[in-house]
Amino acid sequence: MLDLLAFGSSGWGDELLGGAAMTLAVAVASFLLGLVFGSAGAAAKLSYSLFLRGVAEVYTTVVRGIPELLVIYLLFFGGGNMLQAVAGVFGYEGFIQPNAFTVGVVAVGLISGAYSTEVIRGAVQSVPFGQIEAARACGMGRWLILVRILAPQTLRFALPGLGNVWQLTLKDTSLISVTALAEIMRMAHIASGSTRQPFLFYGTAAVLYLLLTTLSTLVFERAERHAMRGVRRA
Amino acid sequence: MNWQLMADAFPRLLAGVPLTLQLVALAEILGLVLATGTALARLSGNRVLERVSRAYVFVFRGTPLLVQIFLIYYGLGQFPAIRESVLWPILREPYWCAVIALMLNTGAYTSEIIRGGIQSVPHGQVEAARACGMGRWLTFRRIVAPVAIRQALPAYGNEVILMVKASSLASTITLLEVTGIARRIIAQSYAVFEVFIVAGAIYLVINFTLAALVRLAEQRLTPWVRA
Repeated sequence: MLDLLAFGSSGWGDELLGGAAMTLAVAVASFLLGLVFGSAGAAAKLSYSLFLRGVAEVYTTVVRGIPELLVIYLLFFGGGNMLQAVAGVFGYEGFIQPNAFTVGVVAVGLISGAYSTEVIRGAVQSVPFGQIEAARACGMGRWLILVRILAPQTLRFALPGLGNVWQLTLKDTSLISVTALAEIMRMAHIASGSTRQPFLFYGTAAVLYLLLTTLSTLVFERAERHAMRGVRRA
Repeated sequence: MNWQLMADAFPRLLAGVPLTLQLVALAEILGLVLATGTALARLSGNRVLERVSRAYVFVFRGTPLLVQIFLIYYGLGQFPAIRESVLWPILREPYWCAVIALMLNTGAYTSEIIRGGIQSVPHGQVEAARACGMGRWLTFRRIVAPVAIRQALPAYGNEVILMVKASSLASTITLLEVTGIARRIIAQSYAVFEVFIVAGAIYLVINFTLAALVRLAEQRLTPWVRA
């Protein structure tokens, strides 16, 4: 039974490993996109503009309140129309169909971004306000304060929370298999369909996910240790 | 935006709500029992029990729910021993497979919440109870459980809301709850946005209601905080 997991043309080992690489690629891309959305969302939530705060609040409430699968369906079935509508504004009338990778990354990135927003907002708020006052008193401008005072500390405070968001994002990528993108779940589905050994292949998929999550826990632990290297422990 | 489509989709999607709520309620009730057992095993001090509960939590928190659902629904049927066992009438049904997968998943997350709650009880209180002559059970019932439940409640509320969202994955194994029906209507009418908005609104209403209930429970359990 285990020879079905062999590499090369006789087994599914290389296909599954390729799926794992695809999962990792989607997860990294959506996590980074989520960080962009999250930073923008946090900036909007902390801004003085009532409109921006409202938009960010609606974004995080809606995306965190409805199932991930619905968001993915929305972008998978409706993404082409949305793009076409946007392209129509610019005078392009042709047919546009975004590929599965893009749809998946945007969908999971949107979800990841909603969670990142809250994490980053909390981290920014935990930087003591006195430090910003002190920086202003030293004559630093807004940009310099962001680069020298806010960003480094926000990054450190946000790291544990972002680690959780990464684990969520990694697991959410499994849902993109409904769009037939060749990631772990999709490959396991194809393999179990053609060999009639679903337990073996979904079990292998589970092991691959466990490896990915365990490995990323270790990476984030190291990153946290590195970020906290200047902080005295209680 | 087509209002007629939305009006037509609404009752059809609403018909999926009972199934969604049923899946969540069953999984939560069974999962709570499992989680309590797991948390107590983890804190029991017994090496074997501790290892087993640790492994269970590790596996179910480290893998996506979709894998768990597929392993149970498609995977278990692979073995003739299971197909011939007394459990087959249950494991053959997508409904029960979804309940079992959701239960195992939420059990793992909830057990960590309960463990955190129990560990948040100050040791001095337990010592004081012992000094008063309370037994293990009485200490647990009167001192540990009330404080732990209050501590764990906000996190538990989040977990229930995550479960409502997770129940949408039951649609991948043919169950027609809200997401399953939404997918079907989208495939028939291509009205992606209309259906998404209605289905999303239904989930938001469910989750807001649950969040409000949890807040109410929190308030009731901390009467001294009330103004």
